[in-house]
Parts: sequence; C-alpha cells; structure tokens
Amino acid sequence: MSGPLSPLDRPNSYIGRTVPRPNLERLVEGRGTYVSDMTLPRMGHVVFVRSPYAHARIVDIDTGAAKQGEGVIAVVTGAELVEQCSPWVGVLSHLKGLKSAPQHAMAVDRACWQGEAVCAVVANSRAQAEDAAELVQVQYQELEPVTDMRTALEPHIPVIHAELGDNLAFERSLDAGEVDKAFSEADAVAEAEFVFGRHTGVTLEARAVLADWNPGERRLTVYQGTQAPHMMQNIFAKHLALEEAQVRVVCKDVGGSFGIKVHVYADEMATAALSKRLKRPVKFVADRIESFVTDIHARDHICKGRIAVKQDGTITAFAIDDLTGIGPYSMYPRTSAIEANQVVNLVGGPYQARNYRARARVVFQNKNVMCQYRAVGHPIACSVTEGLVDLAARAIGMDPLEIRSRNLIKDDAYPTDSPSGLKFESLSHHASLAKLKQMMDYDGLRAEQKRLRRQGIYRGIGLASFIEVTNPSAAFYGVGGARISSQDGVSVRMDATGAIIVQTSLTEQGQGSEALTAQVVASALGVTLDKVRVILGDTDNTPYGGGTWASRGAGIGGEAAWQAGKALRMNILEVAGTILQTVPDMLDIDQGVVVDKGTTRERIGLDEVARIAYFRPDTLPADFQAELLATRHYVPRQYPFAFTNGIQASWLEVDTETGFITLLNHWCVEDCGTIINPQLVDEQIRGGVVQGLGAALFEHCRYDERGQLTNGTMADYLVPMASEMPDIEVGHVVSPTLESELGAKGAGEAGTAGAAACVANAVNDALEPFDVTITEIPLTPSLILNALGRRGG
Amino acid sequence: MGKHVITLMVNGESHRLEIEPRAHLADVLRDELALTGTHIGCEHGVCGACTIRVDGAITRACLLLAVQAEGAVIETIEGLSDSGEIGDLQDAFRHRNALQCGYCTPAMLITAQDLLLHNPNPDRATIRDHISGNYCRCTGYQAIVDAVETVAKARQTAGERA
Amino acid sequence: MKAYAFDYVRAATLVEALSLLERAGEGGKLIAGGQSLVPALNLRLLAPQILIDIAQLPELRGITSDDTHIHLGAGTRHAELATSALVGQHVPLLQTAIRHVAHAAIRNRGTLGGNLAHADPASELPACMIALEATMLVVGPKGERRIDAIDFFKGLYETALEADDILVRISIARSPAETRVHFNELARRAGDYAMAGLAMVMHGTQPQGLRIRPVFFGIGDRPTLASHAARCLEQAADPMAGLAAAQQALSQDLSPQEDLQADADTRMQLARVLLKRGLTDLLAQGRG
Repeated sequence: MSGPLSPLDRPNSYIGRTVPRPNLERLVEGRGTYVSDMTLPRMGHVVFVRSPYAHARIVDIDTGAAKQGEGVIAVVTGAELVEQCSPWVGVLSHLKGLKSAPQHAMAVDRACWQGEAVCAVVANSRAQAEDAAELVQVQYQELEPVTDMRTALEPHIPVIHAELGDNLAFERSLDAGEVDKAFSEADAVAEAEFVFGRHTGVTLEARAVLADWNPGERRLTVYQGTQAPHMMQNIFAKHLALEEAQVRVVCKDVGGSFGIKVHVYADEMATAALSKRLKRPVKFVADRIESFVTDIHARDHICKGRIAVKQDGTITAFAIDDLTGIGPYSMYPRTSAIEANQVVNLVGGPYQARNYRARARVVFQNKNVMCQYRAVGHPIACSVTEGLVDLAARAIGMDPLEIRSRNLIKDDAYPTDSPSGLKFESLSHHASLAKLKQMMDYDGLRAEQKRLRRQGIYRGIGLASFIEVTNPSAAFYGVGGARISSQDGVSVRMDATGAIIVQTSLTEQGQGSEALTAQVVASALGVTLDKVRVILGDTDNTPYGGGTWASRGAGIGGEAAWQAGKALRMNILEVAGTILQTVPDMLDIDQGVVVDKGTTRERIGLDEVARIAYFRPDTLPADFQAELLATRHYVPRQYPFAFTNGIQASWLEVDTETGFITLLNHWCVEDCGTIINPQLVDEQIRGGVVQGLGAALFEHCRYDERGQLTNGTMADYLVPMASEMPDIEVGHVVSPTLESELGAKGAGEAGTAGAAACVANAVNDALEPFDVTITEIPLTPSLILNALGRRGG
Repeated sequence: MGKHVITLMVNGESHRLEIEPRAHLADVLRDELALTGTHIGCEHGVCGACTIRVDGAITRACLLLAVQAEGAVIETIEGLSDSGEIGDLQDAFRHRNALQCGYCTPAMLITAQDLLLHNPNPDRATIRDHISGNYCRCTGYQAIVDAVETVAKARQTAGERA
Repeated sequence: MKAYAFDYVRAATLVEALSLLERAGEGGKLIAGGQSLVPALNLRLLAPQILIDIAQLPELRGITSDDTHIHLGAGTRHAELATSALVGQHVPLLQTAIRHVAHAAIRNRGTLGGNLAHADPASELPACMIALEATMLVVGPKGERRIDAIDFFKGLYETALEADDILVRISIARSPAETRVHFNELARRAGDYAMAGLAMVMHGTQPQGLRIRPVFFGIGDRPTLASHAARCLEQAADPMAGLAAAQQALSQDLSPQEDLQADADTRMQLARVLLKRGLTDLLAQGRG
C-alpha cells in the first residue's frame, strides 16, 4: 500500500463510481408520482383569472355569473383572500438598501404585470374552472406600464410603487484597487455593451401544488414540486397564520426545477390559502401559457464593460455598469437582487487583475418577476468577462488562449481572493486550460479554421473560463434574515434486518441527490447499495435542512450523509464489539459484514447484529444500549462559499449568408472537487451546458412596449432540441475542498455558467475576417445578418 | 354538448367511458384511467411529453380528442413496460443516466422505440432527428442518444446471433 | 388549458359530412388529423359548436395513379405520403418536403388536406402544391369544382374553400424523369416552421426552354410563386447567368413579413440565398 489512506478510502467505496440512480426504475416505467399526477378526495382545481394588462387598477370584479358555473366550488377575489393570506416583502437585510413593495397572493387593487392573478375559480375539474373563469367580469383601468429598464429611473417615467419613491430596487457599487490609473496606463482599452435576453427555465412539468388543509387535524399538507420544503413550510405557516408544526410539505417527483421551483409563487400561496378557506384539497397546475407569464424569468441585463490591457497581455482592470429589470416585485424570500449582486461579485473572477470597479442597478418594471435561475448571475458575469478578455486579446493581437494563460490566477496562488472579496480556497484554472487545450486539439482546430476560411467557410473557436459559487453558507440568505437553512441534516438507521434507511433534507429533481446520498452512506458504512433506501422531500420525515439548490447537494447534504454514515458505523461496531467481546476499533464493516479491520475476515453479519440489538438485547450487558440511528448535520463555516472552476470551449460554424449557426463541438473541463458519481457529474455538466446554449441561440422572453409577452407558447419560445445540440466532451480536474471530509464542491450549474459566453466568443471569432463584434444574445440569424450588414432590403 | 360514451382499447384492456368531446386523450388516460405515465407538458402539441402509440403509430395524446380514438388500439408507457417490449431501452436509459427528472422519459422511450422499429440501425444524427420533437430540459440529449444507439447496436447483434 | 365545450360527430360518408356541415352552419368545423386544430382548441383560440370528423371518410382516402396524374386523397396522412412508393416515384418533391414537416408523431396523424386547408404561410406542402401545379378537387353543396393550387391559397390561413366545402382530392401531374426538383427551408430547429423556404421545380433540360417554378414559403402571408425571378432565370442564356437579376426580382415577387422569428429584411436576404442554393442544386442534379 502506498501513501496514507484518505478518509474516503473505504473497503468497496462507492465514492467515484458510476452506478445507476436508485430511483430511475419507476421513472422509466411511468410510475413516478409528480404533483400533477396526484388526486385527493374532494379535491378542487383552481384556475386563476390573470391580468391581461401589464399595469392596471382593478376597478371591480363581478363574480356572480362565475359562481353559477357548472361544477364551481368557489370564486374568490384577491381582496377576499387577504383574510387567509398575509402579504410579504422580498428583501434581505444584508442587501443594503434593497426595497420592494408588499405582494399579495393575488392582486388586491392593482395588477402589476401581465399574468398576475386577480381572482381564483375553484371547480370540480380544470375545464369547469376555466369555463367559469371566463365568466368573471373584471373591470380594469389601464395604467401606464414601465417596461424599458433603460428609462425606468428617468423622472418622467411613472413610479410603479409610489410609496417606494422611485423604481430603483437595489444598487451596489464597488471600487477596488486603482481603476482609473490602470485604464490610463493601459496599452489598449476595449469596451462593449453586453445585452442578454430575458429567459426562463421551462421545466417540462409546470409548477404544481396540491394543498390539503384538514380542519380535523388542524394541519396543512402541501404536495409541491419544490426544491426547498423546509423553507416552504416556514413560509406557508407564516403567511397563513399557522405554526410551522401545523404544516407539512411533501415533495415527490418533480418534473424539472433549475431554480424555477425554489421560490414563493403568489399563485401557489393562493392555492394553499384557498384550501384553508374552503377546508378541502385544492390543486393548481400551471398550464404552459401561465408558466411563461408567471414562472420566474432571469438574466434581463444590459451590462457595459471595459477592460484595460498591456501590450504583453497583462489585463490590469475590469469595469462594469450593470442594469437589470426584475419585474414589479423583488421575489420572496430570496430576493431579486442576488443576480445583479452576483454579477458584481463575479466579473473578472478567474483573473489576476486587482483593479475592478462595478456598479449594478436593479429596477422595477411591469413585466413578470425575475429571480434566481440555474447559475444565478454567472452567465452574465462570465459573458461580460470573457467577451472583454477576447476584445482585449484582439486589441493587442494576441491569441485568446494565450491571453487567458497569462492572466488566469495561478494554480499555486491559493488561498487567495478576488477584488470583490470572494475567498478562493483552491482552484485549478491552469490545469483546466491545459486539459482543455489537449482535449479539443486547439492548435489543430486553429489550423483547420484557417484552411476552411480560404474556402469561404467561417468557423470559430470560443473560450470561456469560469468560476462557480457553490455550497453557500449562512452568508447567502441566513444572515439577511431569511429562514432558509444553509445546513443539511441526514439520519441513517439500520433496521431489524440490517438494511439501511436514510433520511436527508436534500430534495431530488433529477440531479441525483438520492443516488449520491445512497453512495456516500453505503461507502461510509460499508454496505452494498442495494441495502440503502433514501427518504427525502417530506418535512415530517426528514431532518431539517436547505434542500437542493445552488449546487449544494453533494457538498453540504453529501457531507452530512458521510458524517451520519460514519457515526452509525461506529454505533454498529460498538454493538458488534460488545457481541464479539472486542474493541470496536479492531472492527470494520465491509459489504454488510463486520470484519476484522484491514482484513476481509468475516466476524458477524449486520443482519445478525440487528437481530441481537432489536430482539435479544437481553444477551447484551445490562449497561449497554445499542443505538442504531445516527444523525449528523453539516454546514460549511470556513468559507462563505465553495468555488468550483473550469473552462469551456465551443467550435461552431456561421453561415454568413443566412446568419445560421451550427454548433459543431463543445468541451467543458471542470473542477468540482471530489466526484461522487462521475456519470452524474458529467450529465449535470451536459444538461447545464445545453441550458446555456439555449440562452446563446434561442431563448428569449420577448415583451412589447406595453409589457405584453409576445412569445409565451412552446411554439414561439424556443428551447434547445436534440437536432441542433452537439455532443459535449467533459473533462475533470479534481481539487477537493479541505473544509469537508468528502471534499465535494458541487456540479449543478457550472455548465450553464460558461456555455453562452464561449458560443458568443466563437461567433465573433468566426466573423473575425468581417471585423464584426456581437455582444448580444440570443444570437439570432437576424442579429447576425444585421451585424454583417447583409440585409435583403 | 353532452358527454359521449366511447370504448377505448388501452394496453389490451377495453374501457367504456363517458367523456366530453373536448377532452383530449392525454387527459382521459390520466384522469379517467389513472395512467399517469403519459405526461402533459404543453397541451399544444410541441413538447412531446404526451407521446403514446395509437394503432402502432406514435401520436401526441394532447392533439387527439379521445372521441376520435374510439376503436383505436392505444398503448401507453404502462402497457409497454408491462409487456417488456422496451425493457432494453429502459435499462439503457437507466445505466446511461439518460433521464434526470424523468418527466419526458416515457414519451422519449416510446419515440425511441418507434425509431428502432422503423430503422434498426440509425446513426446519431438520425436518432437526434427522430427525437427532435421531444423536449428534454435536463439531459442535453446526449445521454439519450447514447442510450438509444447502444440499444440499436445490441439489438443488431442479437438479431445477427439469432 | 382546456378547450371550450363542443359537440362532436363522426361522418361516415362524404355526403353525410356535407349535410352535417351545412346543418351546423357557422358553428361547424371539420376535423381530420387535428394537428393544427386541436392546439387552437386547447388554447381556446377557436370556439366551434360542433366538430365534424372526416378523418375516416372513405372518399378522402387513398393514393392512386393514372397515366398522367397521381391522385392524393385529402385524408392521406403525412406519414403515408412519406412512405408511398407512388409518391416517391412520381412526385419526389413531396417526400423531400415532408421530412421537414414537424415531427414523426405529428406526421402520423396530420393529413394532407388538413395541412392545405389550414394554409399556414410557413407550411411546406402548400408551396409544393403550387410548384407542382396541383389541382384541388373540392366538393360543396353545389357540387364539385377544381381549383388550381395557385388560386387556392388566398392569404394568412385563408383559402378558396368556402365554409361548407370539403377538400377531397389533390391531383398532380406525374413528373417526367427529366424534371428536377429542389426543396430547402431555413428553420432554427428541426421540425419548426421555416423562417424562409423554397420549393422549386425545373422542367426541361436545355438552357433555353427551361420552365422554372420557384415557390417561396414562410416569407409572406401565403406561399408565393416568384414569377419575376423565374422569368429572369428562364430568359437568361444560362440560368446561373440570370441569378443576380432573379435575386433582385424577388423584391417584386415577395412581400416579406416580420414576425417573432425574423424581420422582413432578413427574410428577403434568406429568400435570395435560397434561390441561389436552389438553382445551384437543380443545375448540379443535371450534371449528376
């Protein structure tokens, strides 16, 4: 044996092994239980009457005809539902100056975006509720909408919430180092305005909630597709005037989340309030049209950026001015300031430059609410940073890979920090770059690019280095006053047959939470995977914890599972030691059997340990009590966040006559620390990349000047489909965090962080002979033809 | 606008149902027959999550009125799972992690099986084209293409051996 | 997203369907494959009183051929067209085009007649019908009539069909062996409606005396035969020599529209590129 064993070097460890996820069998057979599949006795279906206007006063609502509709159980206006549900304000105290207005479950006297619910119709079927909803007569007085974020702060523009004084929700400024000096001493300065299309998550199962207030038990059970059941438990209790103990949130199978399902949606709160009001189960499943106007949107940013560079390639400064429009309310409880805040935090993050100035302004507008969606803020920051780096390279005539190589933070420079104050424990930008260069055959592609250009074929290479915030500590939300737990808890117990039951506060929406928990616990204990069953997504039946978001599952919930598994192993070995009359330290567990430590000599099976502990405790010493359940919690303390890093590359072709882009290849090298299940990490990366590619090429919530969403159907809002997506090669560098024993840093969002940036860079690289720079996504054919000046006219 | 009484043959079982003509088949399968493996993602014929087999041909259940399906042979993921017809595809999806949330998966499997029945030896572009009407928001599609390709090859090999 | 309530009746014969349609009056609506109609119903964009199902009418079924023409029942499904040997042999353009129509599951239910009657300006098959000079056999209360494809498509979702007409059959002259056909469309994703598309037929083999029918779709409010452009190509010493003029002439032929996918200028640019690529392809086929 060579070298010391790490704590992870267990007999038959599942850490680092690809094994199929335990929950897939039922899903491939159509036996999943999504909220949209569920029915309960006496269940009503709610349909919301939604404002057709972006901004309108509600003059009158006549529900008389609707109440007579066939199958109608109740018709309830926003004003009436105030009795059951109190309003909220989406602010956090650590985001200084962030302000928002009280938001109700349904609009009370004023609708502030097209799609905001103003009245609810509950009926015996969805179709009946829709029929009756058409009979609700709402009299609106249309108000001037604020739609253009560029002018939202101008004095002649109406203020959406008069009591707030202006349309500015949040502003943050940062000035680090000597920015002016760096720009004045630069050999070249490049600047651009980066424009991002507002887009959304399009979970294939729309948001769904089934609320069941049982007056007999005085308990509210909410079946909900949510990423954070304990957060929702707190919020349902708080706004429906219940104790938390009266609320149970159950999260079964969820048809996609991506951050869309981690927020408090007004219509879901209304559904729970209606259940309480009507004393029966009420179900809401958004239809696709509702999804487009109510699921949070994201990434509606215009960001001006400047970069200063020396002739030798040294980047000396970044400066940005970011503007984002978030809709009429800051979303609850995570707020809509986090995205812009992250942009400020992250721009320039992979690079050594110490001079950095940033301003971000977050403004209200009469469009759907914006909030955190997969890789919050990162795609903006990455596109701005990497776009500027390419512009700097072009300004001094340097190869884009070379300029990155000269400026990325050195792999031996850690721990270090960024000008914005981010603390980096250990990143691997240069190892990642080297690996990428080899995987993609960078030099070979450059040669091919040159050769093809002579034939009039324009291909481009785009690179994007990135960092990704994961494993948030209490610094993210807790310190700001939100009851969103940054810790996770895991209980592991051995049943009377020696099988293992794990309860975790993580949730599963397909990322593999259940699999990673089972793999970690099986490894910590020394049992085979088939003996481990994982229970999650139920506030009554799991330890308290954060859930699954911000790439925190493996790093936080995984570590809690590891610690709980180790603790149970010790407990089991104590029982075994007592039975075998030896010290527990001399024993270990290997494939479900207690063995002499360091050997495979079998001493006693776990089934036998369990049998004795549960059924023949009389054979054990009188002062010995077997404890076959162990619970551990974990939260990172040393660093406010873990950071992962990596680099992506795109190889694509631009048809300069049509403006069409063909993605030919895509690479991602990432460093998420310890890899628990290589296949799951790779597939998180690929899925994340493709969501980023969607933003690059297709996805855009397009509003007109009256605040009407003009493409809110699946036919008009384009997401990536199989034919246009390339195969994606994934490579890894492994720098575990030393803060936990497991060392995992999370992998859920890295793909999304950098994908759009490298596609945009590749397009500009392809169009380099035309001296064209495009800094707007999505990269539509019209946009590209415009930039090329090729118009049919 | 009363209800119509129809007989549907679903997964080999005959069902007599009283339904509104406006009900599309996806709703009737899910609400009347509790066959919730047929998923609904858009109800306007774009996402493909409700894909089932009608008279042997893949069909979007949200675009077929249940009254129109009277007399047709309907097969859903439940039936195809029970019969074992797509067992190899299901295994391959599982081992390749070709599903994450699983919501698109029943329809994706049925669509993949349709391809392999018509074209036993598809290349990757053909696989991508055939599933190009089925949204998957989680995987990025590559794992699905891999899984289908693996099964195509395995069936070819098995066919040659037989 | 549930449709308004409506009634439904399945017609057994064409005569019955016509009488049901007449009796239903304005509230009546035909349904065949339903692949365009049912989304509109689900979205509550339409509120018919009664749907008359003609999907199973025997008179609308079948693909036949005589010495000069191929006859396609309006109820023929896209998937049947795609696999029909007769279609492949005599109107290969249709089989090329059908590969671009939506996705397999849609093609399995959607019918040719439904597609044509829906008259989506971005749809592939209407353009093919004009390029192929198809004739539509329509039956109404006053009996049968034949409408040339060029006269059939009247505008956005508008055709020469009256509310009480039923499209029964489409007849297309069998293409002689030397006829060359080309189909291409520019859609951002496979199966989507095109931002711009071109179905083009070229009759004849000698540079002089060629007859060229370029029909664009997805550009204006209906499929459009670019006759000025065609004349430029036909009258040039060699079609390629007439290309530049033909591309210019497209501005006389086409009225590009702006929508969510592209603005008018982009569409005109795409049309010109499609014409160039189409012509190049047709001429290359001759050399093949």
